[in-house]
Amino acid sequence: MTLIGWAQISLVLALIVAAAVPLGRYIAAVADGRVAWLRPVEALLYRAGGIDPSRGQDWKGYALAMLAANAAGFLLLFAILRLQGVLPLNPQGVSGMSSWLAFNTAVSFVTNTNWQAYSGEVAASYLSQMAGLAVQNFLSGSTGIALALAVTRAFARGGVRELGNFWADFTRATLYVLLPLALVLGTAFVALGIPQTFAGYVTATTLEGTEQVIPLGPAAFQIAIKHLGTNGGGFFGVNSVHPFEGPDAIATALQIWGQTVIPFALALTFGHMVGDIRQGRALLAVMVGFVVAATAAIYAAEAAGNPLLTALGVDPSMGNMEGKDIRFGLPLIALFSATTTGVSCGAVNAMFDSFMPLGGMVPMFLIQLGEVLPGGVGSGLYGMLVFALLAVFVAGLMVGRTPEYLGKKVQAREIKLAMLAVLVLPATILGFTAVSLVLPMAASSIQDAGPHGLSEMLYAYTSAAGNNGSAFGGLTADTPWLNTTLGIAMLLGRFAYVVPVMAIAGSLAAKAKAPSSAGTFPTHGPLFAGLLAGVILILGGLQFLPSLFLGPIAEHFTLLAGKTF
Amino acid sequence: MSLLRPAATLVVGFTLILGLAVPAAFTQLAGALAPTRAGGSLIEREGRVIGSALIGQNFAEDRYFHPRPSATSATGPEDSSKTVDAPYNAAAGAASQRGPSSQVLADAVQERVAEAGSAPVPADAVTSSGSGLDPDISPENAARQVARVARARGLSEERVRTILAENTAAPILGFFGAPRVNVLRLNLALDAAR
Repeated sequence: MTLIGWAQISLVLALIVAAAVPLGRYIAAVADGRVAWLRPVEALLYRAGGIDPSRGQDWKGYALAMLAANAAGFLLLFAILRLQGVLPLNPQGVSGMSSWLAFNTAVSFVTNTNWQAYSGEVAASYLSQMAGLAVQNFLSGSTGIALALAVTRAFARGGVRELGNFWADFTRATLYVLLPLALVLGTAFVALGIPQTFAGYVTATTLEGTEQVIPLGPAAFQIAIKHLGTNGGGFFGVNSVHPFEGPDAIATALQIWGQTVIPFALALTFGHMVGDIRQGRALLAVMVGFVVAATAAIYAAEAAGNPLLTALGVDPSMGNMEGKDIRFGLPLIALFSATTTGVSCGAVNAMFDSFMPLGGMVPMFLIQLGEVLPGGVGSGLYGMLVFALLAVFVAGLMVGRTPEYLGKKVQAREIKLAMLAVLVLPATILGFTAVSLVLPMAASSIQDAGPHGLSEMLYAYTSAAGNNGSAFGGLTADTPWLNTTLGIAMLLGRFAYVVPVMAIAGSLAAKAKAPSSAGTFPTHGPLFAGLLAGVILILGGLQFLPSLFLGPIAEHFTLLAGKTF
Repeated sequence: MSLLRPAATLVVGFTLILGLAVPAAFTQLAGALAPTRAGGSLIEREGRVIGSALIGQNFAEDRYFHPRPSATSATGPEDSSKTVDAPYNAAAGAASQRGPSSQVLADAVQERVAEAGSAPVPADAVTSSGSGLDPDISPENAARQVARVARARGLSEERVRTILAENTAAPILGFFGAPRVNVLRLNLALDAAR
């Protein structure tokens, strides 16, 4: 680790927080319907859809509308992927995806996971990328933002049933938050060299006289929303490490900014909407703290180099370079890796499978903690609020008072629902991983022998259920078993989680907001932030500790002992 | 029924707006304002495309600087169900995805170290990149290749070192990223120096 390295990390983080402050305020204005500069488009969509944006929905109505929009998105995307071979904008003549792969991919993009069992330049047409996958990048992101706004309103309001109108929140988040940011970021990406063209692939004749086929496509705009929507699905198979997807260190820094700024901003939006910005700052502080700690851990693990290779005569001063390109440098690779898994983006600018055991464990652990640090666009905030409820509950148990969060009494019903939501992740991840490790047709997908093989499988289900989408890429993922079960894990991680959360929101919205008194546990100070961090670590992390010992931690010690597999 | 119409309308409407209209206009604009960059930063020599400034290509001849190992593959020329090693196959960028304690990785690195000469060898020279298309090598890696290139070209080492220095990029703004040498640009400069 170097001082220059930490200066890079600090500067990028500072730029993210600096932008999150006004953006958080702006999103609160969007949520209230106070932003209207695309009113004609908005009004046209409402009229065509028969939508009355001012009509409130209770939690069930809101959740059903969200499920309907996502189901429609799934069907359209599935159809495009299956039919891409006969649809236009397909200069390379890519054929339609198999039904297994199309199911997995459509679920993956609708649930904001962007797990990729296909490679973009080989298996997706320009139309599939642009009008299929990229559109879901927008819509799954705005689905998350809408849900976060609904849950926030449950804390902001008292004695009501309505949580807002899903159609309006969904439309506004898309038009006023994601679209303008994507245009700005996409423009920067073109200037940095990310292609944006409908021309087909180019065949070059190299200096040594061989042929090289260079893939192109309308990539820059899609890559912008891929980060802003915390989707992470690469235009090209190797994602942001591809020189066209991450042409230089500035591009990679902008991608880190893009994938982290909205999740940070939403914590502050929460503060604005509940009328106490300090509440938002406390959540943000916990998020930033975890991101910094995770970055440091990855940076340290990778910068020391691989002792097995050092013993063979490799100079360790560049760090562990297998699976990494040169241009980004280790500090930005560490920050990218910590934020992409902290925010449930899942884009990568280096290959996790070839990280050192502990360097690869940190991204996996961040996902297992529940994708709340700061979590995906929207999904991070509502996940964080579930942990906040559990934190005040724990605090209430300690002092023997009925716990309250922002004036809302937290009672048995909310805690039961919160536990239901929190248990979705370990049950899905550990259940599927255990089965897949003993089932021959699943285990044959594993590439590496030894504990690293277990890590590959564990990471896959962690990534799917956490709706992250990054991978230990050695795993052969395009098989009927993995396509199906990972698809199911993604659906459970998204929808089985959010429905109980919406039920909590409905229950809390109905309660009166009690004024705070001298006996109220303050939820904006360092004491609460520390308690929240502890609950996340213990509740989110402890369940996964045994599996981490069998995988990356075992590999760490065998590697130190000089053992290869 | 009350859910079907708004859901279908918004999904189709946004597909038309965000999936077709906006990216089509954006592509037109990008092509008009920055045609080279939007078109993949292609480099032409004597009217023929010889590569992209951003995408690495394979060099094996002594008179060229060599890139990093690449893990990309291609379908076998005789049996399409098998893959064969095809370094810098830009049509399908790929990494080795080998874990840090993999015997396969250790064997590959050991073989490359043996070829690379005196230890310690710069890490980038013996490890495969994340994209399989890394256009760059480290300045340390390049410096070790100067003598070979100079001998093959009949140039003085001094001359090759000067050309190398001209094609070495510092971190952006002296700050972001790593120092690097774009292998294709360097080799083009060498060819031009004949």
